[in-house]
Amino acid sequence: MKTLNDCEKNQKVRVVKLHAQKDLKQRLISFGIMKEAVLEVMEYAPAKSTIEVRVGKMSIALRAREAKLIEVESI
Amino acid sequence: MNQAEEKACPVIAKHIKVALVGQPNVGKSMLINSVSNAHLHVGNFSGVTVDKTEVLFDYKGYHFTVVDLPGTYAFTDYSIEERVTHNYLSGGGYDLIINVVDSTNLEKNLQLTSELMSMNKGIVIALNMSDEAKKEGIEIDAPYMSELLGIPCIKTSAVTKEGIENLLDAIVEVSAQERQESKLIFSEPVEEEIAKIVGYLQKHKHQASNSYRNIAINLLKGNKKTYARLHDDPIWTELQPILIDATKHIELHHDSDDIKEAFAEEYAAFNKGIITEVVKQTQTQEQKTITRQIDDILIHPFFGIPIFLFLMWGLFQLTFEIGSIPMDWMEAFFGWLGDTVGATIANEDIRSLIVDGVIAGVGAVVLFVPNIIILFIGIALLESTGYMSRVAFLLDGFFHKFGLHGQSFIPLVTGFGCSIPAYMSARILKNDRDRLLTLFIIGFMSCGAKLPVYVLFAGAFFSAEMAGNVLFAIYIGGAFLGLIAAKILKLTAFKGADEPFVMEMPKYRLPSVKLIWHTVATKTMMYLKKAGTFIAAASMLIWFLSNYPHNLELKEEFETKIELASTQEKKNELKNELAVLHLEQSYLGSIGKFSEPMFEPLGFDWRMSVALQTGLAAKEVVVSTLGVLYALGDEVDEESGSLVDAISKNISFASAVAFIVVIMIYLPCLAASIVFTREAGGIKYFFYLFTFTSIAAYSLAFVAYNIALLFS
Repeated sequence: MKTLNDCEKNQKVRVVKLHAQKDLKQRLISFGIMKEAVLEVMEYAPAKSTIEVRVGKMSIALRAREAKLIEVESI
Repeated sequence: MNQAEEKACPVIAKHIKVALVGQPNVGKSMLINSVSNAHLHVGNFSGVTVDKTEVLFDYKGYHFTVVDLPGTYAFTDYSIEERVTHNYLSGGGYDLIINVVDSTNLEKNLQLTSELMSMNKGIVIALNMSDEAKKEGIEIDAPYMSELLGIPCIKTSAVTKEGIENLLDAIVEVSAQERQESKLIFSEPVEEEIAKIVGYLQKHKHQASNSYRNIAINLLKGNKKTYARLHDDPIWTELQPILIDATKHIELHHDSDDIKEAFAEEYAAFNKGIITEVVKQTQTQEQKTITRQIDDILIHPFFGIPIFLFLMWGLFQLTFEIGSIPMDWMEAFFGWLGDTVGATIANEDIRSLIVDGVIAGVGAVVLFVPNIIILFIGIALLESTGYMSRVAFLLDGFFHKFGLHGQSFIPLVTGFGCSIPAYMSARILKNDRDRLLTLFIIGFMSCGAKLPVYVLFAGAFFSAEMAGNVLFAIYIGGAFLGLIAAKILKLTAFKGADEPFVMEMPKYRLPSVKLIWHTVATKTMMYLKKAGTFIAAASMLIWFLSNYPHNLELKEEFETKIELASTQEKKNELKNELAVLHLEQSYLGSIGKFSEPMFEPLGFDWRMSVALQTGLAAKEVVVSTLGVLYALGDEVDEESGSLVDAISKNISFASAVAFIVVIMIYLPCLAASIVFTREAGGIKYFFYLFTFTSIAAYSLAFVAYNIALLFS
């Protein structure tokens, strides 16, 4: 399973499934990270601890741990 | 508070109560500022709900009450702010909703709009930031959008004030007409299930204020309130199986086991449809946006953190360098004021009270207003430009190691301004343990009121060029101690799972001068108000405690000695001695003497002990206490120019270091402690905080004192 955390910088991917718990899933969805959404990895923080992704026109920061819960496929 | 409301509301006016809702960073506060340009009355709710702001104004014979709710992405009740907004909207104590959306990012904003559409209240959509959208080549067909949604959509811009009147007109219109059913359309399977439930409700002629369609949608979404209402109805027994089937059907259709996820996808699909119909992007946005370009530098994996540290260092340099310019003038002014006022008062006791007590005490506090203004401007800039969230992004990995959350950064930085808003902004942390941990650490971020103490001591023991660096070191040192304390607390008292870190990084925006001015002016006024009331009263009390009881015997004894003294020098020396002896036997002297043994291992004299204790009321009082105590002690010494000289003369370097350490760590001021207790959720947390900070402050000051002794 490929997750958001396995992506390269500037790579575009499509979300396949959210494996997060209920609360976190709601949070991700409210930011537009849901099935079929297209994400672009913008930047990694030092030590890859945090990832910035772009969803539509919004930039979202999330931790590597949360990124691992987002299953994606390459486009 | 009700009185003010009544005053502003003439009885004849028709009232419209509007709830202002929007996602964060859509310019809600700016919009409300432009709408109510007259600023008739802006006030906070009392009690727990300080984060809702009410604005009252009149327009075309209507009396408007606008309730500005905290920004929320969706009704997930993820953070306390979201819960505040959701609870207010579900409560229904308002007439209609203004939904402020960001025209440059409509798709994401409409997600909240679709949830609002199931609220069963009239809505007006403000397509805000329309000027920015125009610049980016985004065209929105507002009339068509209004038609599709069944909701008036008005283009507005808080910056250019475009469309403000249209918005108000639309509100008046919507409030006057019958409520229309919103035109939210779902996918076929969902519509099918809605129709089934509506049909069932019709068959049983169910009595309700909401439309059947609205009830059906809310039932399917799992809205607790709707459930509670129907749960006691006999039809529930038949309705329940229908609902279970419907939910299964919808979940199957969406290949999900979570009905909320399914509905989010429904909304997203609906919104996508709307966007395709009404939004036209004329310019292709192939080239990098400005935000992207700035971010390439500011959140660079290697340069990001050094840049941030440099900016913070620059802020503290500015605070000290520029802040010190008007200080000399102000010092001279208060000296002059004291002399002039003193000359008009005949009674010696009253003169001393006014000049040495009130003017000296308040003067010492007002002196630091320039520093505080600069610091507040810096923090307001960090917040309003969008840089704050970049810093959270950069630092989360680091913070996480100490058991904190990247978002803890926001309350922590706010703590450099004032602990009170910092405690309140900790609400963005959802997990209770994370929030509590952050609350305990905020005190380590030295607030603006501690700045005067640092400036005073840095000025007394270091050259002017070094003082800014020392100040920076004190602040950073405090922050580091805070991180270590966080780690210790995380490993002991706050063990448990971490909260996920998911945060928006908003577009960079040029800060609005008006908004920054507003924030800084309010905070500065709060500080001055405190100086005028609380601190003036405290200064008078300290003056009284330091002047009484009068010891006539002592006075007479010295007066004879002074008269007999041969040289002027000797006379001054004796006068000085008298003043010190008089202070020592005063009430304040007794308090100081009583607690002196406790503070002796830290190298404090009784005056410093007293200043620390008065600082529990407010940190500003530390300086005014020192001002009163040392000004009295040195009254007759003609060489003493200012408090800075008095400090450097009377306090050893090692004691000063220990004193600074205690000031850095010990209990925050009374007002902040009250807010802390409220935010943490109980008085027991206050006792924890007191114990924790007292032990930490005392032991670290002890260590610092002994190290400093070795070097001096």
